[in-house]
Amino acid sequence: MAALVTVNDLHVTFPGGGTGPVHAVRGISFTVERGECVAIVGESGSGKSVTARSLVGLAGPFAEVRAAALEVDGRDTGGYTDRDWRRLRGRVAGLVLQDALVSLDPLNTVGQEIGEVLRTHRVGVAATRDAQVTALLDAVHVPEPAERARQYPHQLSGGLRQRALIASAIAADPPLLIADEPTTALDVTVQASLLRLLAERRAAGSTLLLVSHDLAVVAGIADRVLVMRDGLIVEQGPTQRILTAPEHDYTRMLLAAVPTAASRGHRLSSTTRSPLPAPAVDPSRTVLRADGLHKHFGTRHAVNDVTFTLARGEILGVVGESGSGKTTVARIALGLLEPDGGTVHLGQTRWTGVPERRRRPDRRRLQVVSQDPLSSFDPRYTVEKLVAEPLDLRGAARRDRVVELLERVGLGAAHLRRHPRELSGGQRQRVAIARAVGPRPDVLVCDEPVSALDVSVQAQVLDLLADLRAADGTALLFISHDLGVIHHLADRVLVMHDGRVVEQGPVEDVFARPEHQYTATLLAALPVLTG
Amino acid sequence: MSIALPEQATSPVAALAPHPDPAPSRGRRFAPGLAAAGVVLLLVAVATVAPRLLTGTDPLAADPFHALEGPSGAHWFGTDQLGRDVFTRVVHGARYSLSIGVISTLLSVLSGGILGLVAGLSPRAVDEVLSRALDVLSAFPEVLLALLFIAFTEPGTPSLIMAIALAFAPRYGRIVRAQTLLVRRSGYVEQAVTFGLSRTRLVWRHILPNVLGPLPILATIGLGSAIVNASALSFLGMGPQPPSPEWGAMLSESRNYLRVAWWAAILPGATLTITVISLTAVGRRLQRRFEGRR
Amino acid sequence: MLKPILRRLGSGAVVLWAAASAAYLALRLAPGDTVDTLVGDGPDTPQIRAQIARDLGLDRPAVVQYVDYLWRLLHGDFGRSYVLQRPVVDIIGSQVWPTVKLTLLATAFSAVIAVGLAIVTAGRARWLRGLVSGIELSIVSAPGFLIGILLLSVFSFQLGWFPVSGDRDASALVLPAVALALPIGGLLSQVIREGLERALDEPFAVTARARGLTRSALLWRHALRHALLPAVTLAGTLIGFLLSAAVIVERVFGRPGLGEVATEAVNNKDIPVVLAVVMLAAAIYVVLSTLADLAYLLIDPRLRKG
Repeated sequence: MAALVTVNDLHVTFPGGGTGPVHAVRGISFTVERGECVAIVGESGSGKSVTARSLVGLAGPFAEVRAAALEVDGRDTGGYTDRDWRRLRGRVAGLVLQDALVSLDPLNTVGQEIGEVLRTHRVGVAATRDAQVTALLDAVHVPEPAERARQYPHQLSGGLRQRALIASAIAADPPLLIADEPTTALDVTVQASLLRLLAERRAAGSTLLLVSHDLAVVAGIADRVLVMRDGLIVEQGPTQRILTAPEHDYTRMLLAAVPTAASRGHRLSSTTRSPLPAPAVDPSRTVLRADGLHKHFGTRHAVNDVTFTLARGEILGVVGESGSGKTTVARIALGLLEPDGGTVHLGQTRWTGVPERRRRPDRRRLQVVSQDPLSSFDPRYTVEKLVAEPLDLRGAARRDRVVELLERVGLGAAHLRRHPRELSGGQRQRVAIARAVGPRPDVLVCDEPVSALDVSVQAQVLDLLADLRAADGTALLFISHDLGVIHHLADRVLVMHDGRVVEQGPVEDVFARPEHQYTATLLAALPVLTG
Repeated sequence: MSIALPEQATSPVAALAPHPDPAPSRGRRFAPGLAAAGVVLLLVAVATVAPRLLTGTDPLAADPFHALEGPSGAHWFGTDQLGRDVFTRVVHGARYSLSIGVISTLLSVLSGGILGLVAGLSPRAVDEVLSRALDVLSAFPEVLLALLFIAFTEPGTPSLIMAIALAFAPRYGRIVRAQTLLVRRSGYVEQAVTFGLSRTRLVWRHILPNVLGPLPILATIGLGSAIVNASALSFLGMGPQPPSPEWGAMLSESRNYLRVAWWAAILPGATLTITVISLTAVGRRLQRRFEGRR
Repeated sequence: MLKPILRRLGSGAVVLWAAASAAYLALRLAPGDTVDTLVGDGPDTPQIRAQIARDLGLDRPAVVQYVDYLWRLLHGDFGRSYVLQRPVVDIIGSQVWPTVKLTLLATAFSAVIAVGLAIVTAGRARWLRGLVSGIELSIVSAPGFLIGILLLSVFSFQLGWFPVSGDRDASALVLPAVALALPIGGLLSQVIREGLERALDEPFAVTARARGLTRSALLWRHALRHALLPAVTLAGTLIGFLLSAAVIVERVFGRPGLGEVATEAVNNKDIPVVLAVVMLAAAIYVVLSTLADLAYLLIDPRLRKG
């Protein structure tokens, strides 16, 4: 039998603005056999999503798709009319996108969304539609399916929502299921359970085409991996071979860039294993201390008895899933939020429970780098003004110091006059870091600083942070949902769950011998690069 | 009578999926419509400052022997029921419409802006009181609020200006308040707090510039509305009194001769419309540029 | 679900009460003697002066006067017209129907224009959208009285299809309603089209199309409801606009109605009548925009909690 999907020399072009057309996919060929699970892996702009969407004729309203062959389920889609495509969509290929909160119509109930597929493709009859919907939700292991069907997407948890989205994609029983970043933005335990669900679909006979930025996520489920970059497939092969014996430099770079236990103490942005400079932690000098912090939001106990210390030159990782209270802890530490109970000291200075006026002189000893640097930049400011703002310098001295800071983070004088919105995500985060280290702070609070970045850029930023703390002795309070990042970078770790610290200690002890059940669950859910 | 679009609430759910931007971005191409709008505004400005550059005739000079004549080489826009040259009156009328519009817009932006700023920067209780007051004022339809004001005063240019200013102030007040709250809670203001900036410096350095930045653009679009509303009230006889060549008043005077002389009413109205369209087009273009910049 | 409804109803009531109080304050705090102010340039006879003093109960304590004023308002007593010497309620009551007919018909027209235009043009070729939005911009920018005069001059004077003025039969209602509906429809269609296009760009629209939905099913079943949300947000502004424009359109077409009542009263300084019309408009505004807020809750389930 022929392959389910055959793509030969696919090109996708978007008419660009002033810069001319954008060639998003530039002549790629691949096949997906029936019953197989194939993963397309790449960073943003690699063309992986566009490729997947081209298979259902949804590359975009202005996209121009050309291919020598683009066959799905034995039929060439070249010359397909809108009507032909509609018969294919949902019936031959189901599509699951990232984050069902925006991928399901928020104004419809989950049941209406799933029922719509059945109605469109005339699966079953109207009288039994509710029962069909319930059965579908049950098939993707949504508890109390009949009740959930009557709820709206925002009323469900992220995991259930994503399951409902999958239910709608498989409603008309298509042989092919395309999942575009199906687990991104989900907590690690939820991600693990969704990956199990996808594996189950595959065992039941579905063919899967996964699209992901994360090699580790697809490693456990895909038979074959296609690595894409700049619209081309740079390498493809069996998953095991790609992970253990990558042939292309780019694949090697991607693998090396993933922060894990194994990468600890070494540079991520280099394929040859080179050690990071040794940190100089001075345990006798506590730069930040929190004692018994509590914070309530309404009836929710967001932060419940959190205590920690941070020594000079130390990196303390705070890890937890969404809603665990880790960002609230960061905001309290920054003096942006008053705790309901407990105290924070910055060095010897009382930091909470004092008027803002008293904090001001010491503010610059404690700086912050956030997940979304753009929102922390005044939209009118150039890079120079942004980096210069926390510095008490004028004229040429100021300019020199800004250039020096930019050079430290791998930028330069050429960027002075640029506006942050003209920079890439990685460059913006570098500007944010340059600005934060400008006043030579004792403590740098990093709140998910690499979560929005591609893995290769994340590698560079993590290396940069490690270099900075080794050189300056700056302590880092590093908040992340990503256990790999924490394991790679932090000296000690604080595991948070439901506002409480369930476990803390040196990273290697905690990750090797978790004492708390929750930590063990998190670690078990972490997808690993087997190989 | 005309409405500027209030700032659109941006979609709360930003598209999270990786998504190539299919919309071809607007480059800085030459836009013929925009250029035409610029020329119109330039002409109106000249007519306001120096009407004699555009016409040598007296806007009040009546000539009963040539009443209600259609457009011709001698009278581009024809003549009205008293034989006055309509084109000359339109040119001289620009001064009324534009000055009423500009002054009332300035007044309403200023008063509404101050109110909105104070509300946005104040503690919650004060904000609650001020924004309720703005809600109450907004509950009165603009033309009716202006009518009410005129009922208490004398019809004429000064009270028309005040009436329009009063009617439009709540709109600016609400926009400025919303913008102030947005900026106040923004990430960059919070970031500036971590630099140890005092409250005063926060306000001066970050909040004021980002709140006031878009105001001139909003005022440009609002100016169109103010001009239309002013001429509507003049049309109802609440503005400059005859024989002043105010555009709305001219329409009102010539309306009764519509059956025989459409030009005397339609052409002043068309001039008014084209002026307002030009203002709106230029304002929206500026707005798009400004938003693209953020 | 109940709590947000009650909250909106409550705030609507507060706005109404404050509007009434503001009107009262405007009357009392006007510079100079209250009676002088109210008489102004209007007819000035001892009877009128006496009536003003009596109406306002100037001999009683301020608080009593205020409470009494509110009490009477609550019972629909807006006082007596100085000029016509009839209860204001009767004057308005006799003239309200033509205005209601006009605004309702105009609202229906504009909804059809707006949704139709937006659905047809959303996400279509750029030249078509450019052309349509150019026309919309022109109509929205044109003063309502000019649109009215243009319609009159073409359809009544040149073609003779519709009567020039008055309110004799249904045909007399068509042109005024169109004049009123065009700018509102133009504005609404801009907002709805923008909303449609934004909704079509959202991931859920891609998901819906990936199910095999037709374009029209996607537009009508998914995108349109999203596009109505910003339109509903705009409802307050539109209601104010509609009421303001109705006054002027009525005058252009020489129709009876509240526009005539209001302008006559302003010209005659008949303050009780002016105040009553303005208060009525404010009340309509508050009621309708409260309803719009509730409609928002109906359309968007995400806002129903809390």
